[in-house]
Amino acid sequence: MGSSIECTNLRKTYDGKVEAVRGLSLQIEAGECFGLLGPNGAGKTTTIEILEGLLAPTSGEVRIFGHTWNDNPRQLREWIGISLQETRLSEKLSVRETIELFASFYREPRPAADILEELQLTEKADAWVGKLSGGQKQRLAVATALVGNPRILFLDEPTTGLDPQSRRQLWDIVRAFQQKGGTVLLTTHYMDEAERLCDRLAIVDHGQIIAEGTPSDLIDRMGGHHVVEFQVSKTANGNADHDNRDKDNLDRWRSLPSVESVRREDSTVCLSVREPHLTIPALLDAVTNDGHQLEHLSTRQASLEDVFVLLTGRHLRED
Amino acid sequence: MATTETNTPTLHADKNQQPQPIRPARRNGRWSGYTHLLWARILELKREPEVVFWVFIFPLLLAAGLGIAFRNKPADITSVVVIAGEGAQKTLAMLQSSAAHSTVRATVLDRDAALKGFHFGKFDLAIEANPDASYTYYYDPARPESVLSRAEIDAALQSAAGRKDTLTTSAQSSSEPGSRYIDFLIPGLLGMNLMNSGMWGVGFALVEMRQRKLLKRFVATPMRRSDFLLALTSSRLVLMVIEVGLLLGFGVLVFHMRVQGWRSILSVILLASLGAVTFGGVGLLTACRAQKIETVSGLINLVMMPMWIFSGVFFSYDKFPAIAHPFIKALPLTALNDALRATILEGASLGSQSGRLVVLAVWGGVSFILALRWFRWT
Repeated sequence: MGSSIECTNLRKTYDGKVEAVRGLSLQIEAGECFGLLGPNGAGKTTTIEILEGLLAPTSGEVRIFGHTWNDNPRQLREWIGISLQETRLSEKLSVRETIELFASFYREPRPAADILEELQLTEKADAWVGKLSGGQKQRLAVATALVGNPRILFLDEPTTGLDPQSRRQLWDIVRAFQQKGGTVLLTTHYMDEAERLCDRLAIVDHGQIIAEGTPSDLIDRMGGHHVVEFQVSKTANGNADHDNRDKDNLDRWRSLPSVESVRREDSTVCLSVREPHLTIPALLDAVTNDGHQLEHLSTRQASLEDVFVLLTGRHLRED
Repeated sequence: MATTETNTPTLHADKNQQPQPIRPARRNGRWSGYTHLLWARILELKREPEVVFWVFIFPLLLAAGLGIAFRNKPADITSVVVIAGEGAQKTLAMLQSSAAHSTVRATVLDRDAALKGFHFGKFDLAIEANPDASYTYYYDPARPESVLSRAEIDAALQSAAGRKDTLTTSAQSSSEPGSRYIDFLIPGLLGMNLMNSGMWGVGFALVEMRQRKLLKRFVATPMRRSDFLLALTSSRLVLMVIEVGLLLGFGVLVFHMRVQGWRSILSVILLASLGAVTFGGVGLLTACRAQKIETVSGLINLVMMPMWIFSGVFFSYDKFPAIAHPFIKALPLTALNDALRATILEGASLGSQSGRLVVLAVWGGVSFILALRWFRWT
């Protein structure tokens, strides 16, 4: 099966100054759910809007099912469904009227009643859009994308600002679309969303892809699958030689068995670890030998957040 | 439009072997998008209380207010002040006994208060009886009613003092519907209302949709862009019929305005349609690139301001110097107002208004074409 979406060496420069996308290439297979993961301002929205044919790239090429946006834009629009990052639909129209309106633009749309049911909006069918909750509005936005019976669904930050239940509902909708053979491209800055929903993902930072693969690939590539976090009590020596000792300490922790990498966040030390059962006893011994006290110790599964921090030295949610 | 489906995978090709869960879809016709856009726009307008007020109620209030303020008073009362003094009471008595007593309201005030009242327009004329039995009139040659009042009072006092008319005259009064201020006003208000609602209804709505990224969402679908602009502009026609009906109906019922027969009504509807579409086009052009509603509000006011002043809505543009008339007549609202007045008040045929119709059509057509060229969807 051929690629649904393909782009090579995309660049987008705004006003000849700001480089939002700097040489980005992607290949997304049909039936795949692909995620663009990155912090705000990484160039995710610019990238997805170029792929959607809403923005022209400064250079580079986009192909949707092998067609460029210049070939036959109207036909491509029949094949794709889009939910923009922020669309405020007309507040004085009802949910059903909004869906019918969008359906009227497509040659062979799906019946509004089916869409309403699928997106759990049947109860709200006659309510005005202005009266919907955030989660319902977002489901309606996806409904307007699905009503044209698309082959590709583009979702830009579909769950930003939603409560946990609404997020899960949206995830189910995306999965159902994918199970029927649809291709999904979504952007997100939520780790859990990318891990649960995406078959493959690309981590985007400063307009470039810095890592690409399945979620577990990416976590593997970091080294350990586990993260051990701990704090030790400070000694009375004060803070004067803190930085020197800090550097020594980090090197010390790295030399513990099975540790792949070390980083410090405030007073917490985070170790990426392959086998925690080897690391933790050695860690406890080392702390005791130093005459320090362990104040906090926890282990967890490594996440994409850890991958991102490892790659960029920053957290995803940092502004 | 040719489809190029050769190397595209069909949906659900090999992932789902079971019967399609998706119901066979209906097929949409060529005009499905347009009709749905038009209907959605009308629903939105209907559900917006502000629209109902500004488009329908406000013009009626304006017509009522101005119609009452400038109504032809039963008999124009002249309000004069007599400056207190020795001869004041005698003067008052002379005025009371004269033939003009029913149209003159006279008051006696001391000198300062009298002249102050006169300067502020409370009185049309101030009369001072001098000790030598002569009179001094204080009047303002720039105020027509003041000039009138002076002549009237002078005649009254002279005849009360014994002057005899040497010529026998009689007069017949006439204030027939068709020549009153309200008759002049209603077509002007109609034109202004068509301009207002065209500019705001199209221009403002468009920028609002652009600002909330609704335009961008629409162009992300296969919607025809021309259908969208056409629907927005033609939604004006539906409102227009109601606007025209209400204002004319109001004029006829409340002010006993006379509309010259059914043919004239039809002409008015056609004219108003052209006006609505023209100003829809101008609104489209005004809003074709603006990103913020603040920007477009300013632009709309800027475009409308000259027409409010020059196009003869509240008063005839004959008051402006003749050299400006060609420019004034080239404004779309002037053409619309003149054509509406000719049709409503004189029963003129549309053919006789062809020059004005061309002015309107050119404004609308050129605006629409430029708007399409410069339009920004995102």
